[in-house]
Amino acid sequence: MTLVATPLESAVPVGAVAAPDSVLDWSSSAVPGRIVADERVASNASWSAVVAAGNVLTIVDVGGNQSADFLVYDAHDTAHRYSAPDTLVAQGNAYLREGSVLLSNESLPLMAVVVNEIDRQDTIGGACSKESNTLRYGHHVAFQHACRENFLTEAAVHGLGARDLVSNINWFMNVPIEADGSLGIVDGMSAPGKRVALRAERDVLVIVSNCPQMNNPCNDFNPTPLRVITVEPREAAGTEEAPR
Amino acid sequence: MTTLHVTDTVGSARADARAQTGLTSDFMPYLPASASPYVPAGVDPATLTWAETVAPGGYTHRVIARGTHLRLDDPTGDANAHVLLFNADEPWERLNAADTVKIPWQAYLGTGHPLLSGDGRALATIVADTSGRHDALFGTSTDAANLARFGEARPEGPAPSGRALFLKAAAKHGLAARDLPPNISFFQGVRVGPDGAIEWLGSAGPGTSVTLVAELPLIVLIANVMHPADPAPGYRSGPLRVHAWRGSPTLPGSPRFDASPESRRAYLNTLDYAEARA
Repeated sequence: MTLVATPLESAVPVGAVAAPDSVLDWSSSAVPGRIVADERVASNASWSAVVAAGNVLTIVDVGGNQSADFLVYDAHDTAHRYSAPDTLVAQGNAYLREGSVLLSNESLPLMAVVVNEIDRQDTIGGACSKESNTLRYGHHVAFQHACRENFLTEAAVHGLGARDLVSNINWFMNVPIEADGSLGIVDGMSAPGKRVALRAERDVLVIVSNCPQMNNPCNDFNPTPLRVITVEPREAAGTEEAPR
Repeated sequence: MTTLHVTDTVGSARADARAQTGLTSDFMPYLPASASPYVPAGVDPATLTWAETVAPGGYTHRVIARGTHLRLDDPTGDANAHVLLFNADEPWERLNAADTVKIPWQAYLGTGHPLLSGDGRALATIVADTSGRHDALFGTSTDAANLARFGEARPEGPAPSGRALFLKAAAKHGLAARDLPPNISFFQGVRVGPDGAIEWLGSAGPGTSVTLVAELPLIVLIANVMHPADPAPGYRSGPLRVHAWRGSPTLPGSPRFDASPESRRAYLNTLDYAEARA
């Protein structure tokens, strides 16, 4: 049996992928260490992994201003999961930055932001969905792919479902809140190769949606790949530096 | 006051228990709801379906019909109604705080603000609000946070957490920890500064109220607990009044229906869903 030759003939209206002239910087782990996993998440795709306590997950914004929609759960008790409000109240600030600790719905640490190369990160704007897109843009975009679809696909791999989706983080997405409460997704502050690195404070399940949204600037209207690298950190840097 | 109980036989114990009939307390449900001593002005008592005063640190919960108007009153200025809403027919559809602020392009709740699910529908709408001090960003308290702050977090104690009360209220509708997303809260305002710092606004004072209309049949969970960002040294909480009465949801022709392109499509989706089920 032979594989289907490309380009595949299909009437399925799939989402856009990165423009051929996109600047891509695959970068490297933000902290030195033994590489446990190193994967590329294609435009529009989902990804998940268990990150062991103490290991550090680097997410690389390969193409710049590509929202990485992100959920995290206690790997051994998924009802114990990320809570955006508990995280923000505990730090007294509405944005995530280096030093932010991602708290659970029981106010216990799940991951800590150990490296952040963006001014500030969002956890208020939530994920896009086919359903909410009908409110935001109209019913003509209901057929398009969305982060909630990715979350449901990836959650199902771990026996989770709609009940398990809560307010998420949007790494590399910019959601300012103005003085009168006006809030929205605006042009990003990231660039190709920028990174965030998260140390697991316990064994955690991480679910990522590489945002396929084509109706707002959460990916510069140009969905690009992400790189996700997990390392076991080394105090003495350099022996096994993550390759570029 | 000391009450002498004579309870040495079943007959005397029964008489002793029945002697309580007709007593009242500061915190209680009123049945039938039309018997509420606090019927909101302009509401026909005969249409009331739920009337209650929730204790400080207390919780309540109810299934209400589509179109029900739900009014919350803060008589002392110290209440903080932490609210979760679920589609009563399919409770995995529930309040989505992120969509509730993102889709109307507005972080601060007020009159006309739709309370959205993650399924592109309005679960409820704020139709009246004399407080203007609410919060959709910072959720509720946890046992761990209250224990660290007050040295105390027993749900039956003086500093219960919102999460502990939500878990109990949820359990009474067959829901559990997986079913609890971030909530919204009414009567204690919070704002965000230019650098993201949380700015405490607090209460607008005693005697304010907020009214929601249910756009779908709802499971409503309410935890009346201190706001987690409240800087008060003690555990601030006051009684919360709840009144619900029969009414109409937001329908075409209502100014709310067409208030914005986003809300119009939210109500269209809600109507589409509700009519298919009817």
